[in-house]
Amino acid sequence: MTTADPIIIRVEEFTAGYDGNVLLNRLAFEVRRGEVFVILGGSGCGKSTLLKHMIGLYQPMAGRIRFGDDDIVQANDLTRQAILRRFGVMYQSGALFGSMSLLENVRLPLEEFTGLDDDARDLVALMKLDLVGLRPFAHHTPAEVSGGMQKRAGIARAMALDPEILFLDEPSAGLDPVTAAELDLLILRLARNLGMTFVIVTHELASIFAIASRVIMLDKRTKGIVAEGDPKQLRDHSDNPWVRQFFNRRTEAS
Amino acid sequence: MDTPLPTATIQLSGRLDAQTVPVLWTDALNTLARNPGAPMVFEASGIAYCDGAGLAMLLDLRRRPRAAGAEVRIQNLPAAVQTLLDQFKIADYAAITPPAAVPQKLPEQVGRISFSIWQDLLAMVAFTGESTAAFARLLIRPAAVRWRTVLILAEQAGVDAVPIVALLSWLLGVILAFQSAMPMKVFGAELYVANLLGLSILRELGPLMTAIILAGRTGAAFAAEIGTMKVNEEVDALTTMGLDPVRFLVLPRLLAAVAVTPLLVVFSDLISLAGGAMVMAALDIPATTFVNQIINSVQIKDFLSGLFKSVVFALLIAGTGCLRGLQTRTGASSVGRATTSAVVTSITWIVIADGLFAVIFYHLGI
Ligand SMILES: Nc1ncnc2c1ncn2[C@@H]1O[C@H](COP(=O)(O)OP(=O)(O)O)[C@@H](O)[C@H]1O
Ligand SMILES: [Mg+2]
Repeated sequence: MTTADPIIIRVEEFTAGYDGNVLLNRLAFEVRRGEVFVILGGSGCGKSTLLKHMIGLYQPMAGRIRFGDDDIVQANDLTRQAILRRFGVMYQSGALFGSMSLLENVRLPLEEFTGLDDDARDLVALMKLDLVGLRPFAHHTPAEVSGGMQKRAGIARAMALDPEILFLDEPSAGLDPVTAAELDLLILRLARNLGMTFVIVTHELASIFAIASRVIMLDKRTKGIVAEGDPKQLRDHSDNPWVRQFFNRRTEAS
Repeated sequence: MDTPLPTATIQLSGRLDAQTVPVLWTDALNTLARNPGAPMVFEASGIAYCDGAGLAMLLDLRRRPRAAGAEVRIQNLPAAVQTLLDQFKIADYAAITPPAAVPQKLPEQVGRISFSIWQDLLAMVAFTGESTAAFARLLIRPAAVRWRTVLILAEQAGVDAVPIVALLSWLLGVILAFQSAMPMKVFGAELYVANLLGLSILRELGPLMTAIILAGRTGAAFAAEIGTMKVNEEVDALTTMGLDPVRFLVLPRLLAAVAVTPLLVVFSDLISLAGGAMVMAALDIPATTFVNQIINSVQIKDFLSGLFKSVVFALLIAGTGCLRGLQTRTGASSVGRATTSAVVTSITWIVIADGLFAVIFYHLGI
């Protein structure tokens, strides 16, 4: 992606934490349309926290998170609904509804938010499952398919309403390398074919090098962003030795 | 010779998204249905944007079976939209509706239901066997039981149930005494309310009332606890660690229920009779007279047969709750079904057992 792509999310002066303890201090970054934007950092540094604030689940201590002109932090209910419609989220566990088939899971948002009739909804949902390679499993329940398939079904459900942005929290956690690589290919294909923007939290190095157009790296000690840019560039040329170590997967000396 | 019908052209333009598509889709299908024999062309060059719903409509228009020479064509589709549509193979979507479930005929349904009841009975027999075996091992090695767990469970099933048992038992005693005292007063026989109360409460109503409360509180809780553990694969974890779920989960619950139920029944009996005594006092029969009348009219075997029944009820309730918990499959709704079924099944068994006891006690002269 080039810097000419329009900015789709702009995070400004963002400070967040729990119970008065600041975890992320004055972050600023932007996500551009069509890129696969990866948030990474050590365990417990606040990646999921950042993601949950970006999707409006929590209120930050300070700062703005703008989708276009709308700030999800300040938005009233109506604006908020409009912003929520612009993105889909896949939660770490997939969060599929266990009592419903995969098709019904994907169809649910269509039932709530579109005026399509039953047959039309089924067809749209089936095509979403087709995009993630699960059309033959449409009538299975989540418990009847593998973990990788559940994640893909979670992505299909997140895409049901054709959002501009997909947020994924650790999509390849708990998957074997082959399945994880398939998931990476799927993400790349969707980003390319549908022009969708991805915001992904992950620490899978292989996955980062395969899919990320840009990464930001959070650090527990500075409570901020220690590195930002193309992951291969950072691995080879970052002036921060800790960042180079992370990307080269070396443990810290001394 | 037929001349071919003129081709109808329909313009599609602007945004095809979830807002516009529902109306467009219906219109387009109606147009197709009105012109079954005419070739149709959708002129798509004016489409500015097309989302998943739009793609589904375009695919749907083309997959509908049409007469030869009356095909649907979509022309001048913008390249970007064409790329998106090319991700789907129309052949995969040939069937318009998913295959509906074949409706079952009545004999088949009866057969299936009977079979599932039979299977359920078999499962109960197997479960009873396993529990008995676990019980037998307990007699050999009492230290293998987690007595702390038993204590905690007994507190939840017993002590915590005291208020609700007291409330219902008291109400039962008051209502029973009052309703029977009214007609008996006509004959000046209100003292015999004590006989009626003593027998019916000690033999039947005390144990039954307590059992039903226990089924709703404790049986349901056992099913939900074990069911959630099953869903979270905790039961599987126990098994793979070599810990028998029956010994680890079921046995403590059976023991706790058996320990507290007779106590609750004694408590319930006393509170019911106290409720009765209050009504009698209001009718100018002093409590001492009431108590003496009860002592003279009921025998110790009446009281003990009630206690014996309550132990059996406790085993049925706790056993059913644990069994339904262990039978939970996957997902939150499955836990709900397990809980419901635990209450319904154990109340059914309580009724069956109570009937059997009535017959057996009658023949034994108890
Ligand atoms: N809801 C919460 N309440 C309080 N503390 C939390 C909450 N969620 C996360 N934390 C804490 O915040 C820190 C960052 O958590 P998280 O954002 O989940 O990290 P990451 O996803 O980077 O591993 C952790 O120390 C965690 O214990
Ligand atoms: Mg996390």
